[in-house]
Amino acid sequence: MALRQCAIYGKGGIGKSTTTQNLVAALAESGKKVMIVGCDPKADSTRLILHSKAQNSVMELAAEAGSVEDLELEDVLSVGYGGIKCVESGGPEPGVGCAGRGVITAINFLEEEGAYTDDLDFVFYDVLGDVVCGGFAMPIRENKAQEIYIVCSGEMMAMYAANNIAKGIVKYANSGSVRLAGLICNSRQTDREDELIEALARMLGTQMIHFIPRANSVQHAEIRRMTVIEYDPTNPQADEYRSLAKKIVENKKFVIPTPITMDELEALLMEFGIMEVEDASIIGKKAAEVPVAA
Amino acid sequence: MQKVDDIKPCYPLFRQDEYKESLSNKQDNFEERHEASKVQDTFTWTTTAEYRDLNFKREALTVNPAKACQPLGAVLCALGFEKTMPYVHGSQGCVAYFRTYFNRHFREPVSCVSDSMTEDAAVFGGQKNMIDGLENAIALYKPEMIAVSTTCMAEVIGDDLNAFILNTKKAGNIPNDFPTPYAHTPSFVGSHVTGWDNMFEGVMRYFTLNTMDDKTPGKNGKINIVPGFETYLGNYRVIHRMLDEMGVAHTMLSDPTEVLDTPADGQYRMYAGGTTQAEVKDAPNATNTFLLQPLQLDKTRKYVEGTWKHEVPKLNPPMGLEWTDEWLMKVAEVTGREIPASLLKERGRLVDMITDSHTWLHGKKFGLYGDPDFVMGMAKFLTELGAEPTHILCNNGSKKWDKAMRKVMDETPYGQNAKLYPGADLWHFRSLMFTEKPDFMIGNSYGKFIQRDTLHKGKEFEVPLIRIGFPIFDRHHLHRSTTLGYEGAMQVLTTLVNAVLERLDEETRGMGTTDYNHDLVR
Repeated sequence: MALRQCAIYGKGGIGKSTTTQNLVAALAESGKKVMIVGCDPKADSTRLILHSKAQNSVMELAAEAGSVEDLELEDVLSVGYGGIKCVESGGPEPGVGCAGRGVITAINFLEEEGAYTDDLDFVFYDVLGDVVCGGFAMPIRENKAQEIYIVCSGEMMAMYAANNIAKGIVKYANSGSVRLAGLICNSRQTDREDELIEALARMLGTQMIHFIPRANSVQHAEIRRMTVIEYDPTNPQADEYRSLAKKIVENKKFVIPTPITMDELEALLMEFGIMEVEDASIIGKKAAEVPVAA
Repeated sequence: MQKVDDIKPCYPLFRQDEYKESLSNKQDNFEERHEASKVQDTFTWTTTAEYRDLNFKREALTVNPAKACQPLGAVLCALGFEKTMPYVHGSQGCVAYFRTYFNRHFREPVSCVSDSMTEDAAVFGGQKNMIDGLENAIALYKPEMIAVSTTCMAEVIGDDLNAFILNTKKAGNIPNDFPTPYAHTPSFVGSHVTGWDNMFEGVMRYFTLNTMDDKTPGKNGKINIVPGFETYLGNYRVIHRMLDEMGVAHTMLSDPTEVLDTPADGQYRMYAGGTTQAEVKDAPNATNTFLLQPLQLDKTRKYVEGTWKHEVPKLNPPMGLEWTDEWLMKVAEVTGREIPASLLKERGRLVDMITDSHTWLHGKKFGLYGDPDFVMGMAKFLTELGAEPTHILCNNGSKKWDKAMRKVMDETPYGQNAKLYPGADLWHFRSLMFTEKPDFMIGNSYGKFIQRDTLHKGKEFEVPLIRIGFPIFDRHHLHRSTTLGYEGAMQVLTTLVNAVLERLDEETRGMGTTDYNHDLVR
């Protein structure tokens, strides 16, 4: 099987890292050879696989050694649950430096050092919240990830972010072979969440590849720095990740997304009752002019 | 004051009382200087072993680097291809720097464009600059290839060259089939030699990666020569000449000798000479590929071995006697051509010269600095002359260089005292020149300030600079000379031995004191 490279994007705090690690654990459990590349200065994309607080990141080690050229692959690559290879790009403390460059440096390093070995089935890039600069688009440059999965939920800002990410993908999809491969709904238990995300997926020209229900077992595993797959393989939640993994293995629906306008997104949210229908007559009016209805 | 009928340059003009007075007025009244004695004390302190030890403990600061940045190398590489415009995606000042750097060294106009990224491009990404830049460059300068590299700015914001260039073509701003090889060349990684390597790989990739099906090593009966970051025009020429004399058909992949050495005949040549696109496309069909600066061409080697399937010979740069022998013998082995009598005679002449001069060079101590392959070849040749390279500094030298260099020095009695300084800068080198004074230093023009400083301490401390390297801004036409092959060895030997004799004359000119040795015959 040829190497498939996938990037996971989505709004900050949506559960990208947790979802990615559980998904990857499920893939590994089924015998796939997988590598995770954390592309986030927080460096928390591999802790559940390695049972560690945070893996030593490429940038951290490079800063210590003097330059990235002084590093060896084995310095930055750790192997965890199920033989999963783990790398964290790392980056600066909040407020200083440039985390995007860290992602570029780390991925270049992995390429040059031959981390993308022939025996790998999958590489997953877990990328920080929003694609804020070119560096965070590094994983979807030509010859890198060709499939993008967006983690979202039925909340307005998560959907807004998903649509923005789709816009970013279009830019790269037009000149290269990167494609949107689906939305992963990580449930926040909002009303009709699955229908809503399915509707959004349709509008974006893609699919909701899986709906992951909310379950406390994920948190129980997480405080033990484990995935559910490893912590409690018989838990029904583990099956959810297994079925997500299976769907991704079998996925053939790779599209250039058709992002929607702000108006279209608002209309969708109104249709599902997440947003009130706008009353144009009250805009810019003070309380004294138009009292709030009781 | 200047007099109209006797215009003087700044020296000696400023030695006139009027100017000396004006300068000391400025210094005394406006500069808030320390007392002269304090300045002198501090200077003296910087020449001590104590200061040297502190200096080598420096961690976070580079003073006077002995290297330049990646895009500079990328530009030189691009200049070696026919009708190719080097194009730097990034800010304008960087490109002005590359051009002046080459102008001053080669004393030639150097064409190179920038897409002039400014504040808005830094925020929104440089795609628009790329689209306009490529379109304008083609319209204005009519190149047949544009070789794109990057500056730090574009690299920090993560501009994706591949996507930008494809989008420019897709939008129809430049023709789809217009050759646009590219390389990411962040200035904060590696040095100018890395940039050359990256750009070269980019050009080879562009023209050969997707057309390998009908390519077979050996099909065209030629060999490829990859010079690497090479600024001695004589080196390109001597390799051509030696191979021609052997009757070896070859392609110099990146050959800027014409464009960097154009005649003054009233015609400006924006482009001249260079490796053709047809030659590049045919390069995978060569019998093999020879890398003239093997330590500086990692990426190229990987590509040539991986994609072209050439078994790149493991060779040292052809500098000095033994390594030129090895190089020619390997060429003979690969091509089946014999080394002709003309080259054997040339070799014999070099050996003759070495024996003629060896009494003057034997045991002379040299400190040297420069690019990895250059210092290695230079140090090796010094040991062949019986001279001792004592301090070998390579700012852009890696651990791999350190190991290879150590091995070369360990093999000869003349290398036993050699100390290696990978990653060190010219401020380190300055300390060494004071505390462990060799007889001479070999390097680029920047060494002249170290010579001045050592002289300031006293004539007996002066370490004269022999200018071999890049850049050389303060002497003329040295870039046209040769350092490779027997011819290069002859030229380098001539330079070295005459520097020794010049110095000896200078020291033995004392009337009635040292002139007992001021000999007519040396």
